[in-house]
Amino acid sequence: MAEGRKSMETALAIIGGGPAGLAAALAAREAGVEDILILERDSVLGGILNQCIHNGFGLHTFKEELTGPEYAYRFIKRVEEAGIPCLTDTMVVDLEEEEGEKYITAMNRKDGILTIRTKAIILAMGCRERPRGALNIPGFRPAGVYSAGTAQRLVNIEGKMPGRDVVILGSGDIGLIMARRMTLEGAKVHTVAEIMPYSGGLKRNIVQCLDDFGIPLKLSTTVVKIHGKERVEGVTLAKVDERMKPIPGTEEYIPCDTLLLSVGLLPENELTEELGAKMSPVTRGPLVNESMETSLSGVFACGNVLHVHDLVDFVSQEAALAGKAAAEWLKENGNNVTEADLVLEQAEKQETAAGRMQAEKTAITVEPGAHVRYTVPSKIRPDKAGEETLIRFRVDNVLKDHYLCVSYNGELISRKKKRILAPGEMEQVVIRHSDFEKYPELSRITVHIEAE
Amino acid sequence: MEKRELTCIGCPLGCALTVSLEAGKVISVEGYTCKRGHDYGEKECTNPMRTVTSSVPVKNGVIPMVSVKTAADIPKGKILECMEAIHTATVRAPVHLGDIILADIAGTGVDLVATKTVGRR
Repeated sequence: MAEGRKSMETALAIIGGGPAGLAAALAAREAGVEDILILERDSVLGGILNQCIHNGFGLHTFKEELTGPEYAYRFIKRVEEAGIPCLTDTMVVDLEEEEGEKYITAMNRKDGILTIRTKAIILAMGCRERPRGALNIPGFRPAGVYSAGTAQRLVNIEGKMPGRDVVILGSGDIGLIMARRMTLEGAKVHTVAEIMPYSGGLKRNIVQCLDDFGIPLKLSTTVVKIHGKERVEGVTLAKVDERMKPIPGTEEYIPCDTLLLSVGLLPENELTEELGAKMSPVTRGPLVNESMETSLSGVFACGNVLHVHDLVDFVSQEAALAGKAAAEWLKENGNNVTEADLVLEQAEKQETAAGRMQAEKTAITVEPGAHVRYTVPSKIRPDKAGEETLIRFRVDNVLKDHYLCVSYNGELISRKKKRILAPGEMEQVVIRHSDFEKYPELSRITVHIEAE
Repeated sequence: MEKRELTCIGCPLGCALTVSLEAGKVISVEGYTCKRGHDYGEKECTNPMRTVTSSVPVKNGVIPMVSVKTAADIPKGKILECMEAIHTATVRAPVHLGDIILADIAGTGVDLVATKTVGRR
Protein backbone atom coordinates (compact mmCIF):
# COMPACT_ATOMS: atom_id res chain seq x y z
CA MET A 1 0.00 0.00 0.00
CA ALA A 2 1.40 3.41 -0.98
CA GLU A 3 2.51 5.75 1.81
CA GLY A 4 0.22 8.65 2.64
CA ARG A 5 -2.67 7.24 0.72
CA LYS A 6 -6.04 7.38 2.46
CA SER A 7 -7.13 3.95 3.58
CA MET A 8 -10.40 2.57 4.86
CA GLU A 9 -11.67 -0.72 6.17
CA THR A 10 -14.99 -2.47 5.84
CA ALA A 11 -16.46 -5.95 6.16
CA LEU A 12 -18.48 -5.84 2.97
CA ALA A 13 -17.77 -3.59 0.00
CA ILE A 14 -20.40 -3.29 -2.70
CA ILE A 15 -19.18 -2.05 -6.05
CA GLY A 16 -21.99 -0.17 -7.76
CA GLY A 17 -24.95 1.74 -6.28
CA GLY A 18 -27.53 0.84 -8.91
CA PRO A 19 -30.50 -1.47 -8.31
CA ALA A 20 -28.27 -4.52 -7.71
CA GLY A 21 -25.91 -2.81 -5.27
CA LEU A 22 -28.74 -1.21 -3.31
CA ALA A 23 -30.74 -4.43 -2.91
CA ALA A 24 -27.60 -6.38 -1.99
CA ALA A 25 -26.68 -3.80 0.67
CA LEU A 26 -30.16 -3.90 2.22
CA ALA A 27 -30.25 -7.70 2.31
CA ALA A 28 -26.78 -7.88 3.86
CA ARG A 29 -27.79 -5.37 6.54
CA GLU A 30 -31.01 -7.28 7.26
CA ALA A 31 -28.88 -10.42 7.67
CA GLY A 32 -26.81 -8.65 10.31
CA VAL A 33 -23.81 -7.10 8.53
CA GLU A 34 -23.08 -3.82 10.31
CA ASP A 35 -20.08 -2.73 8.32
CA ILE A 36 -21.03 -2.13 4.69
CA LEU A 37 -19.70 0.36 2.14
CA ILE A 38 -21.30 1.11 -1.23
CA LEU A 39 -19.01 2.56 -3.91
CA GLU A 40 -20.71 4.44 -6.75
CA ARG A 41 -19.03 6.27 -9.63
CA ASP A 42 -22.00 8.57 -10.39
CA SER A 43 -22.90 11.49 -8.15
CA VAL A 44 -26.20 9.88 -7.17
CA LEU A 45 -27.36 6.35 -6.32
CA GLY A 46 -29.85 4.51 -8.51
CA GLY A 47 -27.70 3.70 -11.53
CA ILE A 48 -29.31 3.46 -14.94
CA LEU A 49 -32.82 3.68 -13.39
CA ASN A 50 -32.33 7.44 -13.11
CA GLN A 51 -32.62 7.83 -16.86
CA CYS A 52 -35.25 5.11 -17.39
CA ILE A 53 -38.15 7.49 -16.84
CA HIS A 54 -40.73 5.23 -18.49
CA ASN A 55 -43.12 3.11 -16.44
CA GLY A 56 -43.29 -0.66 -16.08
CA PHE A 57 -40.85 -1.24 -13.22
CA GLY A 58 -41.63 -3.03 -9.99
CA LEU A 59 -44.75 -5.02 -10.82
CA HIS A 60 -43.27 -8.15 -9.27
CA THR A 61 -41.65 -6.43 -6.29
CA PHE A 62 -44.22 -3.78 -5.35
CA LYS A 63 -47.32 -5.01 -7.21
CA GLU A 64 -47.61 -1.61 -8.86
CA GLU A 65 -46.20 -0.02 -11.94
CA LEU A 66 -43.44 2.48 -11.23
CA THR A 67 -41.06 4.53 -13.34
CA GLY A 68 -37.30 3.86 -13.06
CA PRO A 69 -36.55 6.81 -10.75
CA GLU A 70 -39.47 5.88 -8.48
CA TYR A 71 -38.27 2.27 -8.25
CA ALA A 72 -34.75 3.44 -7.42
CA TYR A 73 -36.05 5.90 -4.82
CA ARG A 74 -37.74 3.14 -2.81
CA PHE A 75 -34.39 1.39 -2.41
CA ILE A 76 -32.33 4.57 -1.93
CA LYS A 77 -34.69 5.69 0.85
CA ARG A 78 -34.30 2.36 2.65
CA VAL A 79 -30.51 2.46 2.28
CA GLU A 80 -30.51 5.96 3.75
CA GLU A 81 -32.82 4.95 6.60
CA ALA A 82 -30.58 1.98 7.34
CA GLY A 83 -27.63 4.37 7.50
CA ILE A 84 -25.53 2.35 5.08
CA PRO A 85 -22.53 4.47 4.07
CA CYS A 86 -21.98 5.28 0.39
CA LEU A 87 -19.08 6.88 -1.40
CA THR A 88 -20.49 8.53 -4.52
CA ASP A 89 -18.43 10.09 -7.32
CA THR A 90 -15.98 7.32 -6.53
CA MET A 91 -14.60 5.06 -9.21
CA VAL A 92 -13.13 1.67 -8.37
CA VAL A 93 -10.06 1.13 -10.53
CA ASP A 94 -8.57 -2.07 -9.15
CA LEU A 95 -9.41 -5.13 -7.08
CA GLU A 96 -6.75 -7.35 -5.52
CA GLU A 97 -6.60 -10.29 -3.19
CA GLU A 98 -3.53 -10.80 -1.03
CA GLU A 99 -3.18 -13.44 1.66
CA GLY A 100 -6.92 -13.79 2.05
CA GLU A 101 -7.48 -10.04 2.35
CA LYS A 102 -9.19 -8.10 -0.38
CA TYR A 103 -8.04 -4.64 -1.38
CA ILE A 104 -9.99 -2.12 -3.45
CA THR A 105 -8.26 0.81 -5.11
CA ALA A 106 -10.70 3.63 -5.80
CA MET A 107 -10.44 7.29 -6.64
CA ASN A 108 -12.47 10.43 -6.22
CA ARG A 109 -11.91 14.20 -6.28
CA LYS A 110 -11.89 14.58 -2.51
CA ASP A 111 -9.55 11.81 -1.41
CA GLY A 112 -7.57 11.20 -4.57
CA ILE A 113 -6.62 7.56 -4.61
CA LEU A 114 -7.81 5.51 -1.67
CA THR A 115 -7.35 1.90 -0.58
CA ILE A 116 -10.18 -0.01 1.03
CA ARG A 117 -9.46 -3.26 2.83
CA THR A 118 -12.49 -5.52 2.91
CA LYS A 119 -13.40 -9.09 3.81
CA ALA A 120 -16.12 -9.67 1.24
CA ILE A 121 -17.03 -7.99 -2.03
CA ILE A 122 -20.28 -7.87 -3.96
CA LEU A 123 -19.78 -7.02 -7.62
CA ALA A 124 -22.72 -4.94 -8.87
CA MET A 125 -21.20 -2.84 -11.66
CA GLY A 126 -23.94 -3.42 -14.20
CA CYS A 127 -23.35 -3.42 -17.93
CA ARG A 128 -22.69 -1.07 -20.78
CA GLU A 129 -23.84 -0.74 -24.35
CA ARG A 130 -22.15 -2.40 -27.27
CA PRO A 131 -20.68 0.50 -29.26
CA ARG A 132 -20.54 1.26 -32.99
CA GLY A 133 -16.96 0.03 -33.14
CA ALA A 134 -18.21 -3.50 -32.46
CA LEU A 135 -20.44 -3.48 -35.55
CA ASN A 136 -18.25 -2.96 -38.63
CA ILE A 137 -20.57 -0.55 -40.43
CA PRO A 138 -18.67 1.10 -43.30
CA GLY A 139 -18.68 4.87 -43.69
CA PHE A 140 -17.10 7.91 -42.08
CA ARG A 141 -17.46 8.80 -38.42
CA PRO A 142 -20.00 11.61 -38.63
CA ALA A 143 -21.76 13.22 -35.67
CA GLY A 144 -25.23 11.87 -35.07
CA VAL A 145 -24.46 8.24 -34.23
CA TYR A 146 -25.39 7.55 -30.60
CA SER A 147 -25.96 4.51 -28.49
CA ALA A 148 -29.62 4.41 -27.46
CA GLY A 149 -28.67 4.79 -23.80
CA THR A 150 -26.64 7.92 -24.49
CA ALA A 151 -29.61 9.41 -26.34
CA GLN A 152 -31.81 8.43 -23.39
CA ARG A 153 -29.56 10.30 -20.99
CA LEU A 154 -29.40 13.35 -23.26
CA VAL A 155 -33.18 13.59 -23.66
CA ASN A 156 -34.32 12.59 -20.17
CA ILE A 157 -31.67 14.12 -17.92
CA GLU A 158 -29.88 16.79 -19.96
CA GLY A 159 -32.98 17.89 -21.87
CA LYS A 160 -31.23 17.86 -25.26
CA MET A 161 -32.49 16.24 -28.45
CA PRO A 162 -29.81 14.31 -30.37
CA GLY A 163 -31.63 14.83 -33.70
CA ARG A 164 -34.93 15.12 -35.55
CA ASP A 165 -34.91 12.37 -38.19
CA VAL A 166 -34.02 9.10 -36.61
CA VAL A 167 -33.26 5.53 -37.63
CA ILE A 168 -32.72 2.98 -34.88
CA LEU A 169 -30.53 -0.08 -35.42
CA GLY A 170 -31.33 -2.94 -33.07
CA SER A 171 -34.59 -3.67 -31.34
CA GLY A 172 -33.27 -4.04 -27.80
CA ASP A 173 -35.51 -2.56 -25.13
CA ILE A 174 -33.64 0.72 -24.87
CA GLY A 175 -33.94 1.21 -28.64
CA LEU A 176 -37.68 0.58 -28.52
CA ILE A 177 -38.15 2.87 -25.53
CA MET A 178 -36.18 5.60 -27.32
CA ALA A 179 -38.26 5.19 -30.50
CA ARG A 180 -41.29 6.27 -28.47
CA ARG A 181 -39.46 8.88 -26.45
CA MET A 182 -37.99 10.62 -29.52
CA THR A 183 -41.41 10.51 -31.23
CA LEU A 184 -43.10 12.11 -28.22
CA GLU A 185 -40.46 14.84 -28.26
CA GLY A 186 -41.30 15.65 -31.87
CA ALA A 187 -38.71 13.66 -33.81
CA LYS A 188 -39.61 11.46 -36.77
CA VAL A 189 -38.49 7.89 -36.13
CA HIS A 190 -38.44 6.33 -39.59
CA THR A 191 -37.79 2.74 -38.71
CA VAL A 192 -36.27 0.25 -36.30
CA ALA A 193 -34.02 -2.24 -38.13
CA GLU A 194 -33.21 -5.59 -36.51
CA ILE A 195 -30.65 -7.97 -38.00
CA MET A 196 -32.22 -11.02 -36.35
CA PRO A 197 -35.52 -12.51 -37.60
CA TYR A 198 -37.04 -11.64 -34.19
CA SER A 199 -36.88 -8.67 -31.82
CA GLY A 200 -34.48 -8.66 -28.90
CA GLY A 201 -36.87 -6.54 -26.86
CA LEU A 202 -39.88 -7.28 -24.68
CA LYS A 203 -43.18 -7.72 -26.52
CA ARG A 204 -44.85 -5.07 -24.45
CA ASN A 205 -42.30 -2.55 -25.70
CA ILE A 206 -42.99 -3.44 -29.33
CA VAL A 207 -46.69 -2.85 -28.72
CA GLN A 208 -46.38 0.32 -26.65
CA CYS A 209 -43.39 1.96 -28.31
CA LEU A 210 -43.67 1.00 -32.00
CA ASP A 211 -47.22 -0.16 -32.81
CA ASP A 212 -48.84 2.72 -30.90
CA PHE A 213 -46.98 5.23 -33.07
CA GLY A 214 -46.95 3.33 -36.36
CA ILE A 215 -43.15 2.93 -36.35
CA PRO A 216 -42.17 0.01 -38.60
CA LEU A 217 -39.96 -2.79 -37.24
CA LYS A 218 -37.90 -4.27 -40.07
CA LEU A 219 -36.65 -7.73 -39.13
CA SER A 220 -33.67 -9.45 -40.81
CA THR A 221 -32.52 -5.97 -41.80
CA THR A 222 -29.36 -4.05 -40.99
CA VAL A 223 -27.54 -0.82 -41.75
CA VAL A 224 -24.95 -1.42 -44.46
CA LYS A 225 -23.77 2.17 -44.86
CA ILE A 226 -23.83 5.39 -42.90
CA HIS A 227 -23.87 8.43 -45.21
CA GLY A 228 -22.46 11.86 -44.37
CA LYS A 229 -19.01 13.06 -43.41
CA GLU A 230 -19.55 15.78 -40.76
CA ARG A 231 -23.11 14.84 -39.78
CA VAL A 232 -25.21 11.77 -40.57
CA GLU A 233 -27.19 12.44 -43.78
CA GLY A 234 -28.80 9.06 -44.18
CA VAL A 235 -28.35 5.32 -43.87
CA THR A 236 -28.64 2.45 -46.32
CA LEU A 237 -30.57 -0.53 -45.01
CA ALA A 238 -30.47 -4.00 -46.54
CA LYS A 239 -32.16 -7.32 -45.88
CA VAL A 240 -29.89 -10.09 -44.62
CA ASP A 241 -29.91 -13.83 -45.35
CA GLU A 242 -29.87 -16.64 -42.76
CA ARG A 243 -26.15 -16.16 -42.33
CA MET A 244 -26.76 -12.47 -41.66
CA LYS A 245 -25.04 -11.42 -44.90
CA PRO A 246 -26.67 -8.45 -46.70
CA ILE A 247 -28.67 -9.52 -49.79
CA PRO A 248 -27.68 -7.48 -52.89
CA GLY A 249 -30.58 -5.64 -54.49
CA THR A 250 -32.51 -5.15 -51.23
CA GLU A 251 -30.81 -1.86 -50.32
CA GLU A 252 -33.01 1.03 -49.24
CA TYR A 253 -31.75 4.57 -48.57
CA ILE A 254 -33.35 6.48 -45.69
CA PRO A 255 -32.44 10.15 -45.19
CA CYS A 256 -31.91 10.90 -41.48
CA ASP A 257 -29.71 13.02 -39.21
CA THR A 258 -29.41 10.52 -36.35
CA LEU A 259 -28.69 6.80 -36.00
CA LEU A 260 -29.33 5.23 -32.60
CA LEU A 261 -27.70 1.90 -31.78
CA SER A 262 -29.46 -0.57 -29.53
CA VAL A 263 -27.36 -3.59 -30.32
CA GLY A 264 -26.80 -5.32 -27.05
CA LEU A 265 -25.45 -4.90 -23.55
CA LEU A 266 -22.20 -6.26 -22.19
CA PRO A 267 -21.58 -6.91 -18.49
CA GLU A 268 -18.84 -4.59 -17.26
CA ASN A 269 -16.33 -7.07 -15.86
CA GLU A 270 -12.84 -5.63 -16.21
CA LEU A 271 -12.51 -5.57 -12.40
CA THR A 272 -13.89 -9.10 -12.06
CA GLU A 273 -11.41 -10.48 -14.57
CA GLU A 274 -8.53 -8.62 -12.97
CA LEU A 275 -9.42 -10.23 -9.69
CA GLY A 276 -9.22 -13.61 -11.43
CA ALA A 277 -12.80 -14.90 -11.21
CA LYS A 278 -13.77 -17.64 -13.67
CA MET A 279 -15.91 -16.15 -16.43
CA SER A 280 -18.70 -17.46 -18.64
CA PRO A 281 -17.97 -16.91 -22.34
CA VAL A 282 -21.73 -16.78 -23.00
CA THR A 283 -22.93 -14.23 -20.44
CA ARG A 284 -19.51 -12.53 -20.19
CA GLY A 285 -20.19 -12.42 -16.47
CA PRO A 286 -18.53 -14.49 -13.73
CA LEU A 287 -19.62 -18.08 -13.08
CA VAL A 288 -21.50 -18.30 -9.79
CA ASN A 289 -22.94 -20.94 -7.48
CA GLU A 290 -26.37 -20.99 -5.80
CA SER A 291 -25.27 -18.22 -3.42
CA MET A 292 -24.17 -15.92 -6.29
CA GLU A 293 -20.59 -16.48 -5.13
CA THR A 294 -17.95 -16.41 -7.87
CA SER A 295 -15.04 -18.87 -8.13
CA LEU A 296 -13.29 -16.64 -5.57
CA SER A 297 -14.28 -17.16 -1.93
CA GLY A 298 -16.09 -14.13 -0.51
CA VAL A 299 -16.60 -12.46 -3.89
CA PHE A 300 -20.23 -12.33 -5.01
CA ALA A 301 -21.90 -10.95 -8.12
CA CYS A 302 -25.45 -9.88 -8.98
CA GLY A 303 -27.47 -7.91 -11.48
CA ASN A 304 -26.33 -7.01 -14.98
CA VAL A 305 -22.66 -7.56 -14.22
CA LEU A 306 -23.54 -11.24 -13.81
CA HIS A 307 -25.90 -11.56 -16.79
CA VAL A 308 -28.00 -8.94 -18.54
CA HIS A 309 -31.56 -8.84 -17.22
CA ASP A 310 -34.81 -7.58 -18.77
CA LEU A 311 -36.57 -6.86 -15.49
CA VAL A 312 -35.19 -4.90 -12.57
CA ASP A 313 -37.40 -6.89 -10.21
CA PHE A 314 -35.28 -9.96 -10.92
CA VAL A 315 -32.10 -7.93 -10.42
CA SER A 316 -33.35 -6.93 -6.97
CA GLN A 317 -34.20 -10.55 -6.10
CA GLU A 318 -30.85 -11.85 -7.28
CA ALA A 319 -29.00 -9.07 -5.46
CA ALA A 320 -30.87 -9.76 -2.22
CA LEU A 321 -29.73 -13.37 -2.46
CA ALA A 322 -26.13 -12.22 -2.97
CA GLY A 323 -26.39 -9.83 0.01
CA LYS A 324 -27.74 -12.55 2.28
CA ALA A 325 -25.10 -15.03 1.11
CA ALA A 326 -22.33 -12.49 1.71
CA ALA A 327 -23.64 -12.08 5.27
CA GLU A 328 -23.53 -15.86 5.79
CA TRP A 329 -20.02 -15.96 4.37
CA LEU A 330 -18.91 -13.24 6.77
CA LYS A 331 -20.36 -15.17 9.72
CA GLU A 332 -18.51 -18.32 8.68
CA ASN A 333 -15.27 -16.65 7.78
CA GLY A 334 -14.97 -14.57 10.90
CA ASN A 335 -15.41 -10.94 11.76
CA ASN A 336 -12.35 -11.10 14.00
CA VAL A 337 -9.59 -8.57 13.44
CA THR A 338 -7.72 -8.56 16.78
CA GLU A 339 -4.16 -9.88 16.85
CA ALA A 340 -5.06 -12.55 19.39
CA ASP A 341 -7.52 -14.02 16.97
CA LEU A 342 -5.09 -14.18 14.09
CA VAL A 343 -3.68 -17.60 14.91
CA LEU A 344 -7.13 -19.01 15.42
CA GLU A 345 -8.30 -17.36 12.24
CA GLN A 346 -5.49 -18.95 10.30
CA ALA A 347 -6.41 -22.39 11.60
CA GLU A 348 -10.07 -21.76 10.85
CA LYS A 349 -9.21 -20.65 7.36
CA GLN A 350 -7.41 -23.88 6.66
CA GLU A 351 -10.41 -25.75 7.96
CA THR A 352 -12.74 -23.68 5.81
CA ALA A 353 -10.51 -24.22 2.83
CA ALA A 354 -10.68 -27.96 3.43
CA GLY A 355 -14.44 -27.70 3.84
CA ARG A 356 -14.60 -25.74 0.63
CA MET A 357 -12.71 -28.41 -1.27
CA GLN A 358 -15.18 -30.96 0.08
CA ALA A 359 -18.15 -28.81 -0.94
CA GLU A 360 -16.67 -28.29 -4.40
CA LYS A 361 -16.49 -32.04 -4.78
CA THR A 362 -20.14 -32.57 -3.97
CA ALA A 363 -21.40 -29.52 -5.85
CA ILE A 364 -24.00 -30.26 -8.50
CA THR A 365 -23.24 -28.89 -11.95
CA VAL A 366 -26.06 -27.02 -13.64
CA GLU A 367 -25.69 -27.07 -17.40
CA PRO A 368 -27.56 -25.72 -20.41
CA GLY A 369 -29.04 -28.32 -22.78
CA ALA A 370 -30.91 -27.99 -26.08
CA HIS A 371 -31.92 -24.39 -26.94
CA VAL A 372 -30.62 -23.06 -23.60
CA ARG A 373 -27.68 -20.65 -23.93
CA TYR A 374 -26.59 -20.51 -20.30
CA THR A 375 -27.76 -20.96 -16.75
CA VAL A 376 -27.21 -18.83 -13.64
CA PRO A 377 -26.11 -20.37 -11.31
CA SER A 378 -23.85 -22.99 -12.87
CA LYS A 379 -23.28 -24.86 -9.59
CA ILE A 380 -25.41 -25.80 -6.59
CA ARG A 381 -23.85 -26.90 -3.31
CA PRO A 382 -26.63 -28.97 -1.72
CA ASP A 383 -25.42 -28.30 1.83
CA LYS A 384 -25.38 -24.52 1.29
CA ALA A 385 -28.59 -24.17 -0.61
CA GLY A 386 -31.81 -23.21 1.15
CA GLU A 387 -35.12 -24.82 0.24
CA GLU A 388 -34.87 -24.12 -3.44
CA THR A 389 -32.65 -22.65 -6.12
CA LEU A 390 -33.97 -20.49 -8.92
CA ILE A 391 -32.17 -21.17 -12.18
CA ARG A 392 -32.34 -18.32 -14.67
CA PHE A 393 -31.55 -18.81 -18.36
CA ARG A 394 -32.12 -17.60 -21.89
CA VAL A 395 -33.12 -19.59 -24.97
CA ASP A 396 -31.35 -19.34 -28.34
CA ASN A 397 -34.35 -18.82 -30.61
CA VAL A 398 -38.06 -17.97 -30.69
CA LEU A 399 -39.75 -21.25 -29.75
CA LYS A 400 -43.52 -21.76 -29.87
CA ASP A 401 -45.31 -24.57 -28.00
CA HIS A 402 -42.14 -26.16 -26.68
CA TYR A 403 -41.47 -27.92 -23.41
CA LEU A 404 -39.21 -26.59 -20.68
CA CYS A 405 -37.46 -29.70 -19.35
CA VAL A 406 -35.22 -30.46 -16.39
CA SER A 407 -33.10 -33.62 -16.28
CA TYR A 408 -31.13 -35.09 -13.39
CA ASN A 409 -28.05 -37.03 -14.54
CA GLY A 410 -29.66 -37.24 -17.98
CA GLU A 411 -33.01 -38.57 -16.72
CA LEU A 412 -36.03 -36.37 -17.50
CA ILE A 413 -37.55 -35.14 -14.23
CA SER A 414 -39.98 -32.40 -15.20
CA ARG A 415 -41.57 -31.09 -18.36
CA LYS A 416 -43.70 -27.99 -18.65
CA LYS A 417 -45.38 -26.66 -21.76
CA LYS A 418 -44.54 -23.06 -22.74
CA ARG A 419 -46.65 -21.24 -25.31
CA ILE A 420 -43.74 -19.02 -26.21
CA LEU A 421 -40.07 -18.72 -25.37
CA ALA A 422 -37.91 -15.93 -26.81
CA PRO A 423 -34.25 -14.92 -26.47
CA GLY A 424 -35.35 -11.44 -25.39
CA GLU A 425 -37.12 -12.75 -22.30
CA MET A 426 -35.24 -14.38 -19.45
CA GLU A 427 -36.82 -17.60 -18.22
CA GLN A 428 -36.53 -19.42 -14.92
CA VAL A 429 -37.06 -22.81 -13.36
CA VAL A 430 -37.09 -23.75 -9.66
CA ILE A 431 -35.09 -26.69 -8.30
CA ARG A 432 -36.48 -27.97 -5.01
CA HIS A 433 -33.79 -29.17 -2.68
CA SER A 434 -36.04 -31.83 -1.20
CA ASP A 435 -35.26 -33.55 -4.54
CA PHE A 436 -31.63 -33.96 -3.55
CA GLU A 437 -32.49 -36.56 -0.93
CA LYS A 438 -34.43 -38.54 -3.52
CA TYR A 439 -31.45 -38.44 -5.89
CA PRO A 440 -28.36 -38.95 -3.74
CA GLU A 441 -26.18 -39.59 -6.79
CA LEU A 442 -27.21 -36.32 -8.45
CA SER A 443 -24.21 -34.58 -10.00
CA ARG A 444 -25.65 -32.91 -13.08
CA ILE A 445 -28.82 -30.88 -13.63
CA THR A 446 -29.63 -30.07 -17.26
CA VAL A 447 -32.11 -27.40 -18.31
CA HIS A 448 -33.27 -28.01 -21.88
CA ILE A 449 -36.08 -27.18 -24.27
CA GLU A 450 -37.70 -29.91 -26.37
CA ALA A 451 -40.24 -29.76 -29.18
CA GLU A 452 -42.21 -32.82 -28.03
CA MET B 1 -67.86 -12.46 -34.59
CA GLU B 2 -64.53 -10.59 -34.69
CA LYS B 3 -61.37 -11.97 -33.07
CA ARG B 4 -58.45 -9.71 -32.16
CA GLU B 5 -54.96 -10.94 -31.26
CA LEU B 6 -53.25 -8.69 -28.73
CA THR B 7 -50.11 -8.73 -26.63
CA CYS B 8 -50.88 -7.81 -23.04
CA ILE B 9 -48.76 -4.90 -21.81
CA GLY B 10 -49.90 -5.13 -18.18
CA CYS B 11 -46.48 -6.50 -17.27
CA PRO B 12 -43.36 -7.60 -19.14
CA LEU B 13 -44.56 -11.19 -19.41
CA GLY B 14 -46.52 -10.04 -22.48
CA CYS B 15 -49.24 -12.71 -22.55
CA ALA B 16 -50.78 -13.41 -25.98
CA LEU B 17 -54.49 -12.56 -25.72
CA THR B 18 -57.35 -13.42 -28.02
CA VAL B 19 -60.34 -11.10 -27.64
CA SER B 20 -63.66 -12.03 -29.23
CA LEU B 21 -65.94 -9.12 -30.13
CA GLU B 22 -69.54 -9.04 -31.31
CA ALA B 23 -70.86 -5.69 -32.60
CA GLY B 24 -68.09 -3.80 -30.78
CA LYS B 25 -68.77 -5.59 -27.50
CA VAL B 26 -66.25 -7.89 -25.83
CA ILE B 27 -67.63 -11.42 -25.49
CA SER B 28 -64.53 -13.21 -24.21
CA VAL B 29 -60.83 -12.77 -23.46
CA GLU B 30 -58.51 -15.78 -23.65
CA GLY B 31 -54.82 -16.33 -22.97
CA TYR B 32 -54.43 -14.08 -19.92
CA THR B 33 -52.63 -15.28 -16.79
CA CYS B 34 -53.84 -12.64 -14.32
CA LYS B 35 -56.79 -10.32 -13.84
CA ARG B 36 -54.81 -7.41 -15.26
CA GLY B 37 -54.50 -9.32 -18.53
CA HIS B 38 -58.22 -9.95 -18.74
CA ASP B 39 -59.00 -6.30 -18.02
CA TYR B 40 -56.37 -5.08 -20.48
CA GLY B 41 -57.79 -7.24 -23.29
CA GLU B 42 -61.27 -5.87 -22.66
CA LYS B 43 -60.17 -2.25 -22.32
CA GLU B 44 -57.76 -2.30 -25.27
CA CYS B 45 -60.64 -3.25 -27.57
CA THR B 46 -63.08 -0.69 -26.18
CA ASN B 47 -61.16 2.19 -24.57
CA PRO B 48 -57.33 1.88 -24.82
CA MET B 49 -55.42 3.66 -22.03
CA ARG B 50 -51.74 4.57 -21.52
CA THR B 51 -49.46 6.12 -18.91
CA VAL B 52 -47.47 9.00 -20.42
CA THR B 53 -43.95 9.64 -19.13
CA SER B 54 -41.67 12.52 -20.08
CA SER B 55 -39.44 15.13 -18.51
CA VAL B 56 -39.79 18.83 -17.78
CA PRO B 57 -37.06 21.53 -17.45
CA VAL B 58 -36.14 22.53 -13.87
CA LYS B 59 -34.86 26.05 -13.14
CA ASN B 60 -31.93 26.09 -10.68
CA GLY B 61 -31.97 22.31 -10.36
CA VAL B 62 -28.94 20.10 -9.70
CA ILE B 63 -29.90 18.40 -12.98
CA PRO B 64 -31.60 20.19 -15.91
CA MET B 65 -34.71 17.99 -16.18
CA VAL B 66 -37.19 16.34 -13.82
CA SER B 67 -38.94 13.15 -14.91
CA VAL B 68 -42.76 13.18 -14.85
CA LYS B 69 -45.70 10.83 -15.46
CA THR B 70 -49.46 10.96 -15.64
CA ALA B 71 -50.58 9.82 -12.18
CA ALA B 72 -52.97 7.35 -13.84
CA ASP B 73 -53.62 6.01 -17.34
CA ILE B 74 -55.11 8.42 -19.87
CA PRO B 75 -56.96 7.59 -23.13
CA LYS B 76 -54.48 6.56 -25.85
CA GLY B 77 -55.95 9.18 -28.20
CA LYS B 78 -54.95 11.95 -25.75
CA ILE B 79 -51.20 11.15 -25.71
CA LEU B 80 -50.16 13.87 -28.18
CA GLU B 81 -52.36 16.48 -26.52
CA CYS B 82 -50.72 15.59 -23.20
CA MET B 83 -47.27 16.00 -24.72
CA GLU B 84 -48.23 19.45 -26.01
CA ALA B 85 -49.15 20.45 -22.46
CA ILE B 86 -45.94 18.90 -21.06
CA HIS B 87 -43.87 20.92 -23.56
CA THR B 88 -45.22 24.18 -22.10
CA ALA B 89 -44.28 23.28 -18.50
CA THR B 90 -41.24 24.36 -16.52
CA VAL B 91 -40.70 24.09 -12.77
CA ARG B 92 -38.43 25.64 -10.18
CA ALA B 93 -36.21 23.56 -7.90
CA PRO B 94 -36.63 21.99 -5.43
CA VAL B 95 -39.08 19.46 -6.85
CA HIS B 96 -40.13 16.43 -4.83
CA LEU B 97 -41.20 13.02 -6.03
CA GLY B 98 -45.01 13.10 -6.26
CA ASP B 99 -45.32 16.91 -6.65
CA ILE B 100 -48.07 17.90 -9.07
CA ILE B 101 -46.47 19.55 -12.12
CA LEU B 102 -49.67 20.09 -14.13
CA ALA B 103 -53.17 19.49 -12.72
CA ASP B 104 -55.85 17.86 -14.90
CA ILE B 105 -53.60 17.49 -17.93
CA ALA B 106 -55.32 17.93 -21.32
CA GLY B 107 -58.72 17.73 -19.65
CA THR B 108 -58.21 14.09 -18.72
CA GLY B 109 -58.88 14.61 -15.02
CA VAL B 110 -55.43 13.13 -14.37
CA ASP B 111 -52.50 15.09 -12.88
CA LEU B 112 -48.96 15.15 -14.19
CA VAL B 113 -46.61 14.36 -11.27
CA ALA B 114 -42.85 14.37 -10.69
CA THR B 115 -41.23 10.92 -10.48
CA LYS B 116 -37.91 12.18 -9.14
CA THR B 117 -36.67 14.62 -6.52
CA VAL B 118 -34.47 17.39 -7.89
CA GLY B 119 -32.70 19.58 -5.35
CA ARG B 120 -31.68 23.21 -5.77
CA ARG B 121 -28.32 23.88 -7.32
